[in-house]
Amino acid sequence: MSSLQSIAIVARLTLREAVRRRLLWALVGLTILIVVLTWWAFSRIAEASPVIGPTQVLGISQILVMLAFMFSFVLAMTAVFAASPAIGPEIESGLLLAMLARPLRRTEVLLGRWLGLASLLIVYALVAGYLEIGAVALATGYVAADPTAAPPYLAAETLVLLTLALTFSTRIASVAGGAVAVVAYGLAWMAGVMGGVGEAFNNDLLRTAGTATRLILPSDVLWRGAAGALSPTTDVLSASGVNAAIYKFSPFSGAAPSPEWLLWCILWIAGVLACGSFLLRRREL
Amino acid sequence: MAVVSAGAAQDSSSSAAEGREGGTPAIETRELRKQFGRIVALTGLTMTVRRGEVFGFLGPNGAGKTTAVKLLLGLSRPSAGEGRVLGAPIGDLATRQRIGYLPELFRYQGWMTAREVLALHCELARLPRSGWPAALDEALGLVGLADRSNDRVETFSKGMQQRLGLGVALLGQPELVVLDEPTSALDPVGRQDVREIIRSLRDRGVTVFLNSHLLTEVERVCDRVAIVDKGRVVAELAMSEVRRESGVGIRAAGLDPAAIELAGQYGPARFDGEWLTVDGIAEDRVPALVAQLVAAGAAIHAVVPSRPTLEERFLALLGAEEPTRPPEPAGSREDDP
Repeated sequence: MSSLQSIAIVARLTLREAVRRRLLWALVGLTILIVVLTWWAFSRIAEASPVIGPTQVLGISQILVMLAFMFSFVLAMTAVFAASPAIGPEIESGLLLAMLARPLRRTEVLLGRWLGLASLLIVYALVAGYLEIGAVALATGYVAADPTAAPPYLAAETLVLLTLALTFSTRIASVAGGAVAVVAYGLAWMAGVMGGVGEAFNNDLLRTAGTATRLILPSDVLWRGAAGALSPTTDVLSASGVNAAIYKFSPFSGAAPSPEWLLWCILWIAGVLACGSFLLRRREL
Repeated sequence: MAVVSAGAAQDSSSSAAEGREGGTPAIETRELRKQFGRIVALTGLTMTVRRGEVFGFLGPNGAGKTTAVKLLLGLSRPSAGEGRVLGAPIGDLATRQRIGYLPELFRYQGWMTAREVLALHCELARLPRSGWPAALDEALGLVGLADRSNDRVETFSKGMQQRLGLGVALLGQPELVVLDEPTSALDPVGRQDVREIIRSLRDRGVTVFLNSHLLTEVERVCDRVAIVDKGRVVAELAMSEVRRESGVGIRAAGLDPAAIELAGQYGPARFDGEWLTVDGIAEDRVPALVAQLVAAGAAIHAVVPSRPTLEERFLALLGAEEPTRPPEPAGSREDDP
């Protein structure tokens, strides 16, 4: 049996657990609820203020981006809560002891856990994200600059948080690891905003701090990608009298990350997982 | 002996082909050491477990027994020393396929049924899928869980979970079964079942490594025992030799010092005011001793053959005081609590 098969066994086990413990069904139920509520709320907004001009379009776009930000927060929390107890408590309870006495490497357990949770979260982020965007388009007729790109960025951002929380769970108690991951996520977003301010005011220190934070935890890079994809087009901005150059420094604006940043995100995930594997292999059972 | 050096990766995947030779010991360690920071859990474990024997691994709390088990299974990395299990370096991945393990403290996925847990371990142990149904039925039947096979593990009592753990350890006809306190949560019937299972494993030529603090359990099923203290084996005993060591307890009145001295000619003798105990006396010399005591004026109320228990040997080896008690007839002792 190859390593890939071992990883697949653990990934399947993780998915089965998510289904049996009703995590999957909770996500499905909440998604349906949120999508229906979104459609209803945006329908009321469109009813109160018909989307007929660029100003209304800009307003709708900002509400949508804010909604996406809240959704990204929900995704991040889901990733952290699902990943934080995925390794450590299973070692402490003796659950992994019985499994690792089989021909199974610790790294395979870690990667299997990651793959199982990542599959679940990616599907959830994509399905819920597209349904949300569809509900807004249905209710208001608003179509963002690049609506299809936003959910993949949100899914990728979720993977970053999943990887961080899972790595913490190899050595830190689940509550502490989860709390640290959530705080790190918040700090990364705030540092991204500060970096944007640094850009706007040409402040090197803030700009460098923002870049450094994104290198340490690139979740904000991907959030900015999602925000940029959901922002209004430059035509709408100029028609509503907003300077596009100024708008891009808004906390709820963004732009597609460069290929270099995307590559860094992939390397970051691989590197942090390698770090988690090292920590898990060094841990006493 | 080709060996793995200290610090070798526990996930070593070197071939275990050589280990399939039946001539090699089931377990062989030399100066195996484990240190957690400044705490030394195992000082230097040197022992050999032969193929096909039931080997008891005894020691007081904190002696390093569970640490030793984890080292043997590759679940922990040795700080120094070397060892081989089924002919392969400890930690060899492929060899784990041939080992069954019941941990001391364990839990299975509570959301799974007993059958699903066993199926998961069939998959992890790389058993051919076609053989799973038979393997599951056999394991469930052996441990008495056939009628609860489709119930979730979270509904099981501790004893039933221990039975399931034993079933998991027996999956796939392993060559070596490592049982870490297998009867700790079981009732007397469960303990009897475990003894029967261990005996049937021995009959099939399976090596059993039994780590237990229930000395009477060990005494009943083991061929040999190692007593470990402060991370080191302090004695290895063949249970056949322990069983051969005989003695006699004589409940007598009217014994004077001369009579006790007389009894001392047959073996080490001691009198607690009610019972005269003579160790190491051959059975065929007991009537002569009794006759001499009667001739010396003693009134004999009972003569009971006795032999030192494993517990007495254990306590003596560890330097603890033996409890003062009258001799017990062989084979009539109760299980430890």
